[in-house]
Amino acid sequence: MAALLWIPLVFPPALGALAASRRRYRWARGLDLAAAVAILATGLTLVVTVSGRAPLTAAGGLLRADALTAYMLTTVGAVGVTALWAALSTPGRPDGWFTALVCLFLSAMSLAVLADNLGVLWVAVEATTITTAFLVGYRHGRPPLEAAWKYVVLGSVGVAVAFLGIVLMYAATRATGHPTLSWTELVSSARALDPAVTKLAVALTTLGFATKAGLAPMHSWLPDAHSQAPAPVSGLMSGVLLSVALYAILRVKTVSDVALGSGFMRVLLITLGLLSLAVAAGLMLTQRDYKRLLAYSSIEHMGLMTVGAAVGGPLATAAVLVHMLAHGLVKAGMFVQAGRILAAEGSTRIDDVHALMARRPDLAGPFLAGTAALLGFPPFVLFFTEVAIIIAGWRAGLGAVMGVVLVLLFLAFAGVGRHVLSMTLGPVVATASPADAPAPHRTRAAAQLPVALALSVTALAGLAAWPLAGVVTAAVAALVGPL
Amino acid sequence: MTNGSLFAQSVAATTGLLMLTAVLQVWRRSIGASTRLLAVQGGALAALVATIGLADGAPEVVVAAALVFALKAVALPWALTRTITRSGAVREDSATVNPVSGLLAAAALTTLAYVVSQPIVALDSGPAAHAVPAGMALVLIGFLVLMTRRQAISQLIGFLVIDNGIATVAFLTAGGVPFVVELGVSLDVVLVVLILRVLSSRIQLAHGHIDLQDLRELRD
Repeated sequence: MAALLWIPLVFPPALGALAASRRRYRWARGLDLAAAVAILATGLTLVVTVSGRAPLTAAGGLLRADALTAYMLTTVGAVGVTALWAALSTPGRPDGWFTALVCLFLSAMSLAVLADNLGVLWVAVEATTITTAFLVGYRHGRPPLEAAWKYVVLGSVGVAVAFLGIVLMYAATRATGHPTLSWTELVSSARALDPAVTKLAVALTTLGFATKAGLAPMHSWLPDAHSQAPAPVSGLMSGVLLSVALYAILRVKTVSDVALGSGFMRVLLITLGLLSLAVAAGLMLTQRDYKRLLAYSSIEHMGLMTVGAAVGGPLATAAVLVHMLAHGLVKAGMFVQAGRILAAEGSTRIDDVHALMARRPDLAGPFLAGTAALLGFPPFVLFFTEVAIIIAGWRAGLGAVMGVVLVLLFLAFAGVGRHVLSMTLGPVVATASPADAPAPHRTRAAAQLPVALALSVTALAGLAAWPLAGVVTAAVAALVGPL
Repeated sequence: MTNGSLFAQSVAATTGLLMLTAVLQVWRRSIGASTRLLAVQGGALAALVATIGLADGAPEVVVAAALVFALKAVALPWALTRTITRSGAVREDSATVNPVSGLLAAAALTTLAYVVSQPIVALDSGPAAHAVPAGMALVLIGFLVLMTRRQAISQLIGFLVIDNGIATVAFLTAGGVPFVVELGVSLDVVLVVLILRVLSSRIQLAHGHIDLQDLRELRD
């Protein structure tokens, strides 16, 4: 059973090596999808094996899979499958190196959620910066290079700050006589840690991982990286990378709440969350590029999830976890659609795209549905999670904060809604010479399937509790309940 | 048994050298000089690690010191120098703050580092802990270099100063984090530098030079 833990760490890099060495073969293109499927399968198996039972460990305790790990692995796998399956239908795909880098990225993300050791988690998160550095700058031209540069510098500096925090945390544990970097041991010995050093350590670690999660004020790499990267990469980054960074913050919060009381992280996370919501809402209203619009939407959702994490408690934490999965699936689908719209229209400017619903309903339909999901319309589960976070915040005495959150969400709603509606609705403007009008092109049904599946899961998850309830409850217990 | 006085003096000397090189990097604008200062900084860090290792009587830490020297004093400065000669970067980097303001800022940051590090110093008695503020100062000064320089290479140097500072704090507070983690961290730093080298070569090809003020096409 413990061998399961090794599959996401060994299988994808092997597939990546295969893809790099056999890049002339057509089947090499699908190897990253195979890696994502393997991770999803492992995640689902672990969900069944570990929920409600003792966690699995391997590698002498370095790797540990509790219910939260299983849930995160499933998220990584599901978002990966959505983004990469849809990418298969894109013509003219890049070569085997791209596939190999994606496989390594997926493996690094799996290592981050499987690690019981803070140091190994850090190494895995930094490894994702390295693998995505080339993925972001993949296309030719100056803007992708600029985006890749900003991403690597900001990401590495942020993660370096997180490492300083981890170093200080280790120093604090050393003073108690039991030096350790393991989550489980940290939580159990947290009461004995020196509060001042732990405060500094927790703050630095949170700020560092918040940089990778795209929270303001360290967010400036995100819109550039997401808008310049190829569509599946943007989907993976929004859905997987940001979620795993938030996962790291959640684990740190568990330790901090025991060592320092819940007040400290609450203030820190509310500040980061509200700032992110405000920045995102403000910049979405005046946005001109629809890929950047989606990137700012990611910042908005990450801000909301951070506020939810700040509230704490079972309801809000459960909502945050479900929101992570749902947002990942929808955002991956949206970036895939954005890539297809770009291929069809030739421009990423919102003003250059009109009447998509009338001309290309195969593109506009999923795009509108995804937008509805992101804006929090029922029956999509994002509606339920947003309501849950706000109710939990109210109950926890954070009514004023929740009021601000509602206002900012409304502003974001207005911004995104306005831009997407201007792109999709409206009559077709007659072209100057009918001979220029291109023949309508329809996306094949098979190519629509991944995005449709992702949206359906997000729609149904709110209504059918049984698939998620067990694992989310167990995962929340791992974070919030007594250990 | 440690010769307490010799140990304390070695720690003080090496951390003093670390701080001196950091402040000089704020002051000097020549990129070649900054790279050489980085090499000296790496050497000082390696000497610090070796001192602590010998004092603790742990010979494997001396191996770590040798690795730190090979990486931070030799390999990384060499890689930077090669990037500079290949890209033909301007020798003098124009900073957004003049040297005097830079020195004042460095002094202020050092004070801040001392204030912030008080709890860490209180955690452990002994000369090693008292040198922790120097490591924090290195981190803050590295941020200063990172944010006030125009050239991509200078940003890279700033990042490496931050990394040196963090490594200093790590070795002073904990005798180094577990070896496997330090190894992974060093590997990541090497890879990041390599990537930034490749990216700066590509930027060089696309733009003609690597002035970061020009990298402002992506904006809202």
